[in-house]
Amino acid sequence: MRFIYYLISGISLGSVYAIIALGYTMVYGIAKMLNFAHGDVIMVGGFAAFTIISTLGLPPVLGVFVAILVCTVLGITIEKIAYRPLRNATSSLAVLITAIGVSYLLQNLALLIFGSSTKAFESVVNIPALKLADGQINITGETIVTIITCIVVMIMLTMFINKTKAGQAMLAVSEDKGAAKLMGINVNGTIALTFAIGSALAGVAGVLLCSAYPTLSPTTGSMPGIKAFVAAVFGGIGSIPGALLGGLLLGIIETLGRAYISSQLSDVIVFGVLIVVLVVKPTGILGKKIQEKV
Amino acid sequence: MKNMKKVLGAALVAAMSVTMLTGCGSKGVSDTWKFGGIGPATGDYAAYGIGVRNGIELAVNEINENGGINGVQIEYKFEDDQTDNEKSINGYNALKDWGMNVLIGSTTSGCSIAVSDETAKDHMFQLTPSASSIDAVKNDNVFQVCFTDPSQGTGSAQYIGDNRLADKVAVLHNSSDVYSTGIYETFIAEAVNQPFEIVADEAFTDDSKTDFNVQLAKAKEAGAELVFLPMYYTEAALILTQANSMEYAPIFFGVDGMDGILSNVDGFDPVLAEGVILLTPFVADAPESKDFTAAYEEAYGITPNQFAADAYDAVYILKQLIEESGATPQDGIPTICDKLTAQIKKTSFTGMTGENMTWSPTGEVNKYPRAMQIVNGAYTLFK
Repeated sequence: MRFIYYLISGISLGSVYAIIALGYTMVYGIAKMLNFAHGDVIMVGGFAAFTIISTLGLPPVLGVFVAILVCTVLGITIEKIAYRPLRNATSSLAVLITAIGVSYLLQNLALLIFGSSTKAFESVVNIPALKLADGQINITGETIVTIITCIVVMIMLTMFINKTKAGQAMLAVSEDKGAAKLMGINVNGTIALTFAIGSALAGVAGVLLCSAYPTLSPTTGSMPGIKAFVAAVFGGIGSIPGALLGGLLLGIIETLGRAYISSQLSDVIVFGVLIVVLVVKPTGILGKKIQEKV
Repeated sequence: MKNMKKVLGAALVAAMSVTMLTGCGSKGVSDTWKFGGIGPATGDYAAYGIGVRNGIELAVNEINENGGINGVQIEYKFEDDQTDNEKSINGYNALKDWGMNVLIGSTTSGCSIAVSDETAKDHMFQLTPSASSIDAVKNDNVFQVCFTDPSQGTGSAQYIGDNRLADKVAVLHNSSDVYSTGIYETFIAEAVNQPFEIVADEAFTDDSKTDFNVQLAKAKEAGAELVFLPMYYTEAALILTQANSMEYAPIFFGVDGMDGILSNVDGFDPVLAEGVILLTPFVADAPESKDFTAAYEEAYGITPNQFAADAYDAVYILKQLIEESGATPQDGIPTICDKLTAQIKKTSFTGMTGENMTWSPTGEVNKYPRAMQIVNGAYTLFK
């Protein structure tokens, strides 16, 4: 019975990782860059929701919308100001370092505006906990909402990419930027759209993360950001189903490791598994094998 | 270009000699006592640093109004370290440049340990109000006002055992934190001699301090009636929230780091902390601390926590030591340190945080803890 509870906990944690990992993997797949500021966009989403719900006392639904809106605008702005000018830089390191810079900028801005004391986040979920097996398993409303959101987001994203023109444009840009441009695709616009979607997901992830683990501080996004990045690499970076699979597996491994092996070694287990996967299959579980043509 | 370099070189030499001169100037003998304090005035543990800062300030103002120590006034300065070891050392250096004679700090264990190596080099007397790690007093010039972690761990185990609070106990600690680990280890060691059983022994680290569902589920599964939480209030607040959402309501038992949970986490529902027991040496509304609490509330608008009381006591301990040993600011830092170190081992002090406190040669304080319970959103003496 306990095992099922831990499994559900793991899936819930994994769902949050998966939504964050989707942002990493989309940006990497299309813009070929690692957006290390992604974790901090999540934190901004959390603070946006916190301001609306707790500080201004407005309804939680509004908080969720504002969080998504703020994150989307933030994502597009970051892309436009910090990343776009560097797109044709000779070294791909330049944009990576910039991303780390943006990450610190966001953290310290939050520190300046909201102060460093930890805030208790009021959950936006108002669903009673589900009790199974005579109350032995207690599934919180947050867990249910997180898992459902993750599934819905996955389905919508897959449909968007495969069925819409903008989605097809993303695939084309991901395949070959130059050729896509020749075909009349607005590359900059497509990349901006990618950032917008990735950051909107970060907003959703921020609200879910802070609802499930009700705490908020300027560094809230860092560790989940890193774990989600690991999840994206684990599942095969650039692959959308890979991000989901990677996120879920990571969450489950972390939770079960904490439950059955050692509660303080859970991170060791998570990152250990990552190393093993990368040694055996360097492109990740669902990653495409790229053949270098000579 | 070459000339340019020469000019620059000359300018640098000039600048350096100026700083050297000013360096000498500020280290000159002062005719007032200069007490320095260090602690986190901002950051996750700001409640501690602010408490210490206010506590020192209140005591210094009182003493100055009543004519100082042997007629000598006290000046006082506080540096913020944000619970960061490097920043704590920077703060110490800044205070030294200011001309500090005695250090009251640092506030937290990690920072205090880092700073104590510097004070040992300088032979500066260091009295930490609240760093409770045993390593904080490893140097001969460092003394504590609060309990050491081992005495908190042992004390908690004995208290739970003596009062038969529970038969089955779970422990949850932060294994990446020296404070939490120090208390945890001695608690476990003492628990063997006590009439209760440890049914769940769980941990977390600084990198995974948001999800406690698994640890709490294991404690609940094992039937623990009491969960011992040797940690700071930030994590404890989250644990209480998660335990509540999984409908697990054991007795939560904390130590001095739990102090601050009621008012220092924005948005935390104090109802969740109802019934929490914590072992702490200071009780704000006890008869002996009434005057202090009133003065503190008037000055700062909040109820003093244990850290404020520790710091307040620290200043009065220094006053007593200086009066008894006849030290003067003109003695110079090493001599002051020698005099106070010799005196503190002989003295006995009664203040806000304990009666007849004495110090062992290793720097630890001997006093008795009191158990407090949170009832109706306020600390009250337990039983």
